[in-house]
Amino acid sequence: MSVLIFIDTTEGHVKKASLEALTYGATVAEQLGTSAEGVVLGAANDLASLGKYGVKKIHHVSAGSLNHLDAQVYANVIGQVAIASGAKVIIFSNNVDGKAIAPRLSARLKAGLVSGAVALPDTANGFTVKKNVFSGKAFANITVNTDIKIIALNPNAYKVIAGEGTAEVVAFNATVDAPKVKVTNVTKASGQVPLTEAEVVVSAGRGMKGPENWAIVEDLARVLHAATACSRPVADAHWRPHNEHVGQTGFAIAPNLYIAIGISGAIQHLAGVNRSKVIVVINKDPEAPFFKAADYGIVGDAFEVVPKFTEAIKKLKGVA
Amino acid sequence: MKILVCISKTPDTTAKIAFTGNNTKFDTAGVQWIINPYDEWYALVRAIELKEADPSTIIHLITVGAADADPIIRKALALGGDEAIRVNADSHDSFYIASQIAEVAKQGGYDLVFTGKETIDYNGSSVGGMVAELLDRPYVSLASKFELSGNKATITREIEGGEEICEVELPVVVSCQKGMAEQRIPNMKGIMGARTKPLKAAEPVAVDALTTVAGFELPPAKAGVKLVSPDNVEELVRLLHEEAKAI
Ligand SMILES: Cc1cc2nc3c(=O)[nH]c(=O)nc-3n(C[C@H](O)[C@H](O)[C@H](O)COP(=O)(O)OP(=O)(O)OC[C@H]3O[C@@H](n4cnc5c(N)ncnc54)[C@H](O)[C@@H]3O)c2cc1C
Repeated sequence: MSVLIFIDTTEGHVKKASLEALTYGATVAEQLGTSAEGVVLGAANDLASLGKYGVKKIHHVSAGSLNHLDAQVYANVIGQVAIASGAKVIIFSNNVDGKAIAPRLSARLKAGLVSGAVALPDTANGFTVKKNVFSGKAFANITVNTDIKIIALNPNAYKVIAGEGTAEVVAFNATVDAPKVKVTNVTKASGQVPLTEAEVVVSAGRGMKGPENWAIVEDLARVLHAATACSRPVADAHWRPHNEHVGQTGFAIAPNLYIAIGISGAIQHLAGVNRSKVIVVINKDPEAPFFKAADYGIVGDAFEVVPKFTEAIKKLKGVA
Repeated sequence: MKILVCISKTPDTTAKIAFTGNNTKFDTAGVQWIINPYDEWYALVRAIELKEADPSTIIHLITVGAADADPIIRKALALGGDEAIRVNADSHDSFYIASQIAEVAKQGGYDLVFTGKETIDYNGSSVGGMVAELLDRPYVSLASKFELSGNKATITREIEGGEEICEVELPVVVSCQKGMAEQRIPNMKGIMGARTKPLKAAEPVAVDALTTVAGFELPPAKAGVKLVSPDNVEELVRLLHEEAKAI
């Protein structure tokens, strides 16, 4: 018996969301009195060092055809590892790759899946996991009734804890089918924090009046090492790229700090950001609904407040 | 070409979320129901566009649910699609739903199965992947573009911090999100036409759900906003640093 954690990589590096899954999985293993093992597909560096997140053993399937995601092939290989290692609980991050693979594996192994988990399983009486539902407006406790359980942990829902230790890395000899999905082109903003992984997000709405005014938003984001986001009408008007759109119909995010500038706080917007730990709202309308969902707020004109805010943070951080 | 589009009935995006029965059931009192936005705006509209490009295309819609889902599926038919199938079953979990869809998909010989990227109530993002596995077909999730040339689909999908383009031969299962298509409003002709389109009820196959809902919880209420004067942004920075420990 073991807890098996899928370790997701990009260009050989382990994604932050997977470090969260590793820490979470190691805690679940402790809870169940068993050991945590990892599985990595494709090229990856420095796997032994992942032992510091509590994982004892890592199964590595390094076939070159696994460098790009084909969920069908991935689910098959992870299923082989799960069965060989006697995994009773399999953990994914509920990130892009997790959303593609975990449901397939669930159907393949007939193993109940909780996707979007936000807390450790309650194992006192069965196996129940809390997850987000209704776009962050509620939680459901889901009981998994099958022998093998699969959990897809929401990004930013569990804190990474690094301790000491090295993991034993073993090459796993799997049957790897030829991928049917062929990746022909990858575009990635380099040097930028991916929105869904960002600790701090600076977001702006229609209150900015036009795309030409975004410099003050970007300046603030820069001093905070934050990702930038926007409301739906801003993306629809092409003031900002679509991959910045957060909310019900855009990305759902859960950063440590979400700063909303000139966004009214419509319920559909809140649906994507209400899991943020701390929310700051800057809006000139004291009646803006966003203030009801905020922890801190300034009623004022963004064009005056934001540059001052940026300067004050620079001062705090000691940057000139 | 035959396309199967999965349609889910969800509460309106502004619905009040509350629970009854000792927090075991979603309180449907006063709730307006809509087509899950991802299913409607992206999956269905893209399928309709493919049919507009190639009129020989056949679009079937499928939903798993009780008869109260019929108005929703009629609304979807008003946008487009040739006929609809409702598997007459209360939905249990995603695996149960996926098993019903896979069964219909197997019998119908579809080249393409489209789903939305997730439902806005359960937020599972699971049905598409499960259907693909049950059909033993490739799955491309979180697609924002879909082009077809003969039997080959070129799909843009999301990756963390970017996107990638991939190619796959049909048949394939695709989950759709923003970018795939633009929202459409049904016109009068569509609404009238939808009334006479076939809506078939099918009986479910026997499948055990893998999970059950033990109960729901609402998040704890926020303590209330602390307002800071616009002339004193330093105070906001101090609070974020010292009190919230967020910067
Ligand atoms: C089914 C559905 C799904 C939707 N999904 C989403 C979604 O995913 N994401 C999303 O964001 N929206 C979504 N919407 C739209 C949503 O309802 C709102 O219309 C939208 O969020 C409003 O965007 P906004 O706050 O930028 O603009 P507005 O509502 O126009 O608000 C602008 C705000 O800026 C303030 N302001 C103006 N000037 C200044 C200034 N100088 N300084 C400070 N503040 C200023 C105003 O007081 C106002 O509060 C959805 C709607 C529907 C029906």
